[in-house]
Amino acid sequence: MAQPKVLFNNIEVGYEIPPLVKNPITETQLVMYAGASGDFNPIHTVHAFGEKAGFGGVIGHGMLSMGFAGQFMTNWVGVTAVKKLAVQFRAVTKPKNVITVSGTVVKKYTEDGQNMVDCEFLAVNQDGDKIIMGTATAELS
Amino acid sequence: MNGFLKSYPHSLTTGGDPLIEKSNIGKEYPERTFEIEKCKIRELARAIGDKNKIFYDDDAAREDGFEGMAVPPTFFTLFAMAGGLEYVIKDLEINMAKLLHGGQEYEYFKPVKPGDVVKAKTIITDVIEKSGKAGTMDFVVMETTYINQNEEPVLRDKCTLVVRR
Repeated sequence: MAQPKVLFNNIEVGYEIPPLVKNPITETQLVMYAGASGDFNPIHTVHAFGEKAGFGGVIGHGMLSMGFAGQFMTNWVGVTAVKKLAVQFRAVTKPKNVITVSGTVVKKYTEDGQNMVDCEFLAVNQDGDKIIMGTATAELS
Repeated sequence: MNGFLKSYPHSLTTGGDPLIEKSNIGKEYPERTFEIEKCKIRELARAIGDKNKIFYDDDAAREDGFEGMAVPPTFFTLFAMAGGLEYVIKDLEINMAKLLHGGQEYEYFKPVKPGDVVKAKTIITDVIEKSGKAGTMDFVVMETTYINQNEEPVLRDKCTLVVRR
């Protein structure tokens, strides 16, 4: 996939960023994410630990959800265009959850000669529960 | 924040840890050094399920104008634990069972590429007590700035920890 080029002139406030629908989260994915990120909190990988903690099993890493948000932004504007990415964690994810990230452009401006947009996004599960709320700033062409 | 906290079981909340002192604001932790490694980039992209070739292949990334394999926006989470969090948890005597990740912000100043060596320095920028439906909690904000081998700032990481009492 080539780095997308999003033109500042083509984007208006209210523009809907193409949503990202992820494959269902799997327990294997959480093991992979633990290894990749170095977050070995057993609540993410050991079923019995997640049960004892009251979740009925393992829960996803918050940073995995933020990783989805990162993919959502880079799919749209590319990697180097993303200047800021910020999230608040609102609810946990669980295996089999299908996460969708969607968002809009909320501000468009020029700063130090750069064409910038501010975006707001939301990651929800298949039931519409808010997993993360976030903002991003991107520099467009 | 309430939705998130409500979803955590009450059974985890026991005892009454001492407050985290405001005097911790401004505290700095020792500098650490990390290398941006290709295998870790691929591993993280694969775990996220991001199939973008620029996170797996140098040539694909170069075709797209990168100097080498591209780095996903949340890559620096790899350095979070060893990059300051470990110090903060020990120093503030935070009970891991009561620790939640409340929020995370990344600000990108300059791209990094495989082989780059970055230095990280963490400082506690805020300690706030908040009360809500889920009880009283301490919020600890820590900021980590990463500087590359050319002494250029590449990224600022602002992490909000929530410590339940």
